[in-house]
Amino acid sequence: MIMAGAEAIIESLKKEDVEVVFGYPGGAVLTLYDALYKANYNHVLTKHEQGAVHAADGYARATGKVGVCIVTSGPGATNLVTGIATAYMDSIPLVAITGQVAVSLIGRDSFQEADICGITTPVTKHNYLVKKVEELPRIMKEAFYIARTGRPGPVVIDIAKDVFAATLDYQYPETVRLRGYHPLFEGEPKAINQVIEEMKVAKKPLIFIGGGVNLADSAQVLRDLVNHTGFPVITTLMGLGSLPSDHPLNFGMVGMHGTYAANMATTECDLLLGIGVRFDDRVTGLINDFVSKAKVVHFDIDPAEINKNVLAEIRVVGDLRWSLPSLHQSTVSAKFDWKGQVELWVEKILKWQKEKPMTYEQNSEEIMPQSVILKVNELTKGEAIIVTDVGQHQMWIAQYFSFKEPRSLLTSGGLGTMGYGLPAALGAQTGCPHKNVFLFVGDGGIMMNCQELATAANYNLPVKILIFNNQVLGMVAQWQRMFYGGRYSHSRLKGHTDFVKLAEAMGVTGMRISKPSELEEILKAVIAVPGPVVVDIPIPETENVLPMVPPGARLDQMVMGGG
Amino acid sequence: MKKHTLAVLVENRPGVLTHISGLISRRAFNIESIAAGYTEEADTTRITIIVEADVIELEQVVNQLSKLIDVIKIIDLTGTDLIHRELALIKVKASSETRPDIVDVVHIFRARIVDVNPETMVIELSGEERKIDALCQMLNNHGIIEIVRTGKIALSRGPVPAKDC
Repeated sequence: MIMAGAEAIIESLKKEDVEVVFGYPGGAVLTLYDALYKANYNHVLTKHEQGAVHAADGYARATGKVGVCIVTSGPGATNLVTGIATAYMDSIPLVAITGQVAVSLIGRDSFQEADICGITTPVTKHNYLVKKVEELPRIMKEAFYIARTGRPGPVVIDIAKDVFAATLDYQYPETVRLRGYHPLFEGEPKAINQVIEEMKVAKKPLIFIGGGVNLADSAQVLRDLVNHTGFPVITTLMGLGSLPSDHPLNFGMVGMHGTYAANMATTECDLLLGIGVRFDDRVTGLINDFVSKAKVVHFDIDPAEINKNVLAEIRVVGDLRWSLPSLHQSTVSAKFDWKGQVELWVEKILKWQKEKPMTYEQNSEEIMPQSVILKVNELTKGEAIIVTDVGQHQMWIAQYFSFKEPRSLLTSGGLGTMGYGLPAALGAQTGCPHKNVFLFVGDGGIMMNCQELATAANYNLPVKILIFNNQVLGMVAQWQRMFYGGRYSHSRLKGHTDFVKLAEAMGVTGMRISKPSELEEILKAVIAVPGPVVVDIPIPETENVLPMVPPGARLDQMVMGGG
Repeated sequence: MKKHTLAVLVENRPGVLTHISGLISRRAFNIESIAAGYTEEADTTRITIIVEADVIELEQVVNQLSKLIDVIKIIDLTGTDLIHRELALIKVKASSETRPDIVDVVHIFRARIVDVNPETMVIELSGEERKIDALCQMLNNHGIIEIVRTGKIALSRGPVPAKDC
């Protein structure tokens, strides 16, 4: 069928079942936007390109589909970089379509020209510059395939302006042919047998789950495995939700702000089954002493993750959709008394948990951030999509919210992007209109993309935005308090911004909780509002996130705290 | 740490070398030389990479490079029966007095003289790295003006091509 490049893109988006795109128009993509207009394609206009890419990312994390954003050349494209890097670090499937100046102008420092392929190469799974309209169908097909298969990730398609208007005989390819890309699904069954043998002799085994379990939608089989073996579980930040937080064998998050039980169990275990994890430095603490008593088994789809940070005795390379069911099946057919074998070990971890549970000092004068999280948890029964920004509130959420379902925590784990939360929450709400979406954000992070409050109002996206307002950059101030002699260099935010008025000015309901006694009542009122709400919640300035493994320390050298 | 010779087959497309060199630098891999060129297949480029690494690092280099969509195949040629060559062009000062001496050296090394003028000569030598190093050392006394080297390329002996390994 003969059509213009812009129409070919829209046809391809339809073929890929893209229900909505997030974007922002501009000179180089005018022809594409004209085609979107004519096709009446579902498009969410954000207020900044960074908002568009984070929204596409939040949409992808919440739905499991590929998130798509469209922006113009030059500054439009460069404004995506933080969002693309955020998605790359957390392996989120995105396709970012950027306009580029016309072919004849490329390389001449033309108006609004930026080499976005060059700029994004280190933070994309792959990228394309399209200069010939005939290449569009193949590249669109490949881009979506690459983004969603294997270890997912962002793909950039940079399209020269004249390609949108040029015509082609459109035919969408049925298959992709990429000589250098063959994502592995099934790995070595032999490796699974080896793991089973190690599991049989282990006295203190520990299952360690990461974001891969969420990404591979393998929560159910993980639950089956845990229930069958009775092996204790710890998680990374990105692994939260795969196993319900209140599962008796889930000992919570490990690492810098992990639970006492999880960090002690990791230090003492003799077999660590790492599943879809990448042994980030925030998890391992001092790397040389990480699991020094254990054999490490590493399950991952990406061979490059094996031995990158932690040496694995056994590697199980392959899709978790293959390896987890296979492992579970093998534990069943082994007819082995798994539970009996780990009984004493689980008791020991339970003892640690009882000794030092997650606690905080209650306060009748001031609203404690942990109490807000617990209250939201109670009022929603944990049935909500929780989105965070980055910093103290993010860690408190990880420590205190009781997650029930996979894909229920959306957070920038790898890159740690402040300003991620609000647009990501809008994307999640767009993809899941019937779910309750709560954004927890600090008074620092909200200001990094607060323009998107207007987007929330324009599309009436009923996200509930809880601002933990401590008048400081909380995590920065905590480090300054603990490691920099209390010199609060530029971390104090005390200003004149009234978040209630800011919300109202942009068409969002604004509320404030002033004292602990109002917490429940106002939160109930917030949840009852059919549209978006901003809630300004003053919290104490000097509250620390604890426990904390200081930088350069071992996991068992936690600074404890609480009441 | 050991030196490894990798043959990397990649799609012959613009931007591929950028992807590869960018990855090498951002992952801080210790690359000694990199040489690229066309192959018997029009759509394939072959890159020879010499990397200094222990076993674990080498595995990372291979696995990370393999992740690049445009990388078709990586073959570690280390330990196989190899022919490897590098080409060098050396411009050296040569007056009428010193020229016979330089010509002697060129003959000993089986190099070739490809340009002569009243003040300089350009010498071409292909061979293994050490041979080129040795020639450069010999010519140093005469005053080397500039050197250009291609970086090492390598091919296995026997009938099997790297792509079928």
